[in-house]
Amino acid sequence: MARNVTTAKRVGWSIAAWFVALLIFFPILWTVITSFKSEGAAIAFPPVFFDFDWTLSSYVEVQERSDYLLHVWNSAVISLGSTFIALLISIPAAWSMAFNPTKRTKDILMWMLSTKMLPAVAVLVPFYLAYKNLGLLDTKLGLIIILTMMNLPILIWMLFSYFKEIPGEILEACRMDGATLGQEIVYILTPMAVPGIASTLLLNIIMAWNEAFWTLNISASQAAPLSAFIASYSSPEGLFWAKLSAASTLAIAPILIMGWFSQKQLVRGLTFGAVK
Amino acid sequence: MATTQMRTTARLMLAPSVILLLIWMVVPLAATLYYSFQNYSLLNPITSFAGWGNYYYFLTDPAFSSAVVNTLLLVGGVLLISVVGGTFLALLIDQPIFGQGIVRILVISPFFVMPTVAALVWKNMMMNPIYGIFAWLLSLFGLPPIDFFAQIPLLSVTIIVAWQWLPFATLILLTALQSLDGEQIEAAEMDGAGAVSRFIYLVLPHLSRAITVVILIETIFLLSVFAEILVTTNGGPGTATTNLPFLVYTQALLSYDVGVASAGGVIAIIVANIVAFFLMRIVGKNLEA
Amino acid sequence: MGSIHLNKVSKVFGDLKVIPSLDLEINEGEFVVFVGPSGCGKSTLLRLIAGLEDLSGGTISIDGNDVTNAPPAKRGLAMVFQSYALYPHMSVRKNIAFPLKMAGEDKATIDKKVEDAARVLNLTDYLERKPGQLSGGQRQRVAIGRAIVRQPTAFLFDEPLSNLDAALRVTMRLEISELHHELGTTMIYVTHDQVEAMTMADKIVVLNRGNIEQVGSPMELYNHPRNLFVAGFIGSPKMNFVEGKDAQAFGAPTIGIRPEHLSYSSSEGAWKGKVGVAEHLGSDTFCHVHTENSGTMTLRVSGEAGLKHGDTIYLTPEESRIHRFDDKGLAIA
Repeated sequence: MARNVTTAKRVGWSIAAWFVALLIFFPILWTVITSFKSEGAAIAFPPVFFDFDWTLSSYVEVQERSDYLLHVWNSAVISLGSTFIALLISIPAAWSMAFNPTKRTKDILMWMLSTKMLPAVAVLVPFYLAYKNLGLLDTKLGLIIILTMMNLPILIWMLFSYFKEIPGEILEACRMDGATLGQEIVYILTPMAVPGIASTLLLNIIMAWNEAFWTLNISASQAAPLSAFIASYSSPEGLFWAKLSAASTLAIAPILIMGWFSQKQLVRGLTFGAVK
Repeated sequence: MATTQMRTTARLMLAPSVILLLIWMVVPLAATLYYSFQNYSLLNPITSFAGWGNYYYFLTDPAFSSAVVNTLLLVGGVLLISVVGGTFLALLIDQPIFGQGIVRILVISPFFVMPTVAALVWKNMMMNPIYGIFAWLLSLFGLPPIDFFAQIPLLSVTIIVAWQWLPFATLILLTALQSLDGEQIEAAEMDGAGAVSRFIYLVLPHLSRAITVVILIETIFLLSVFAEILVTTNGGPGTATTNLPFLVYTQALLSYDVGVASAGGVIAIIVANIVAFFLMRIVGKNLEA
Repeated sequence: MGSIHLNKVSKVFGDLKVIPSLDLEINEGEFVVFVGPSGCGKSTLLRLIAGLEDLSGGTISIDGNDVTNAPPAKRGLAMVFQSYALYPHMSVRKNIAFPLKMAGEDKATIDKKVEDAARVLNLTDYLERKPGQLSGGQRQRVAIGRAIVRQPTAFLFDEPLSNLDAALRVTMRLEISELHHELGTTMIYVTHDQVEAMTMADKIVVLNRGNIEQVGSPMELYNHPRNLFVAGFIGSPKMNFVEGKDAQAFGAPTIGIRPEHLSYSSSEGAWKGKVGVAEHLGSDTFCHVHTENSGTMTLRVSGEAGLKHGDTIYLTPEESRIHRFDDKGLAIA
């Protein structure tokens, strides 16, 4: 709807939009600001916004007190690991359904999505017990398995929607040109699907990074990723707001930045291509 | 399309996903069903057949009915805020504003904040009755502070969860809005339609598909809201903010009662399926077009 | 090299018989056009020949070798798709080189062949561009280039011009015809546009509902359509059909007469009618005449016609050009 409007109108709309946007963003901004405060300044009332002594001491303390880096490592291993495995399983499946659809393809896709409807809590108990017996409680492997399976349907849907946009004629042309199935995947399909695969990957990492049901219930200390680690600040001693803010900032920063870069694909991805 | 050979390859490539998901779905489900008919506590290693006892216990627990109500209120409340708010926000951002890209980024950001962080930040720095931002804002108007998690616990949780999902709705609706055909709007203007009728007759129908998708996806996630409750209220005060997932969690990992927790899990599935049944029908229809 | 023989070929999708059973002989070096309305099975037939679909029955042989079960790559055919199907992530050079690379040719040979093809197709200046930076006509040429470098036994074209604008379509039509003369390779060309069929083909195969209605040279089809379908499909504007008493007068249940074989007079003739819309093309004028008993007929007049909307005129068919059809719609010899 790019139309000519008067500057006054434009300024008016801009002010309104920026005001609302900053309002929504405020808790994040506030967290970041607070992370640079001393504990005293953090709970000052009325709150101070910029006029305080900026310090990095909270960041130092967070690392010293709770081995922050271990949890970052856990988060990274779990989210990257589960995403990578899920991609390996879902790319062939999405390829298969996008380029060789059968009468049942739609039903299979819907069924896959329906497994997401199964509330995690319903299967918490068997998982907890099985993991306890298998020694998978509080292990990264245990979480990777769960997150892989949990996000698999969404991954397949996303990849499916991206693959479907690659015209079948191109793959046929390449078959006519004498390429084998392997060559077709290496030379044609993969390069063409890279943008789709990349944004799927990014989104899945975000979802896995932020997952907070299984991580809270299945991991305790050793394998706890950031989402579970941060929750430990909910105890009353968590009133150390500067440290809480520093830990939070560190936990969300990488994902926030990733998210900013992938926000355009995010819409497509999370709506399975239904909204572009 | 394609030949027999291609179709065979295609089946082989689809097989791992289908098999794994089938296992993922059937095995834990069967286990949950099995445990739900057992008297089985982690504190007491002797198990016995319980019949419908666990279900009876879970369903007659006064916490159960309130958990169902809380679950529905939470899902409904967040959906309402995010869809209505998201529509208006999307319309606002779609106006010719300066720095639209940055505004988009600011608005979408909360979606990327992990639930535990969101809950902690809101619980402490925003909603703390003594030092929180809201307390300060109210004091500016000479009003007494609100003790959010004591006075309006469920609403507070709803606000936190809505803050995370409003951006999602906004972004999707904005994307849908931007694909609206400008000529349609111009044609409507030529036909003499005002801003309000343009919104009702053109924009809303155009957004309907996106709104359906938002509702579907948010519902999937909102039915299982957990971390926000665990971090802020721990289900309380009393059972004021206990939803179904949280109730099952308390049974399983706090009371160590596997049987009852499993029965709760089965009931959670039934509730989710009732919701899903309606959703999938709408979505199935809407995604085809 | 390049003769293709279809023997009792059939294709069934589920319950739908797209092609019931069909025999066709395509000779070496021929330009064969499959033409018919959409859904007539012409594209399916092409894809069967290409090996992109399985046959439900029958056999296909190329140069005497049975290729019924051979994969597309082993048939030695090249195909130009409706959407061109260029590889968007590769430069024009790489696009054209792709089949050669798949065939394992060495780099020097590939370079030489690509550059030769590019010269023939006027693509030399565009070799390093990506398909997205090319115009429709250039993309079309790249697709053709990719087909010719392999020196296939036959070319398959699937409605290659339907995405181009009218002017470009005429140019490309000439270019493809020219290419056929130059290479002398068998070409099979699918189109729904009878003008393309008439102008390009050595042999036209008219398809309707998976059946071959008639096979013949363009002029055979024009002069001696075997049935009502072919008569109505070939020729532009369409042939006028007359039924009932007016047809009986000429000795057949149905007769057909092309607009260019009608003459008119203001005083007398076989059919009386009122002039409706006249389309002026400069060289010709097409008048739509509302006759009293036989509906609207189209009349072609060379140059400018002095007819006005609402004039009453009489139409007379040229006796030797009348096509007569029996009750079943078949031409009476």
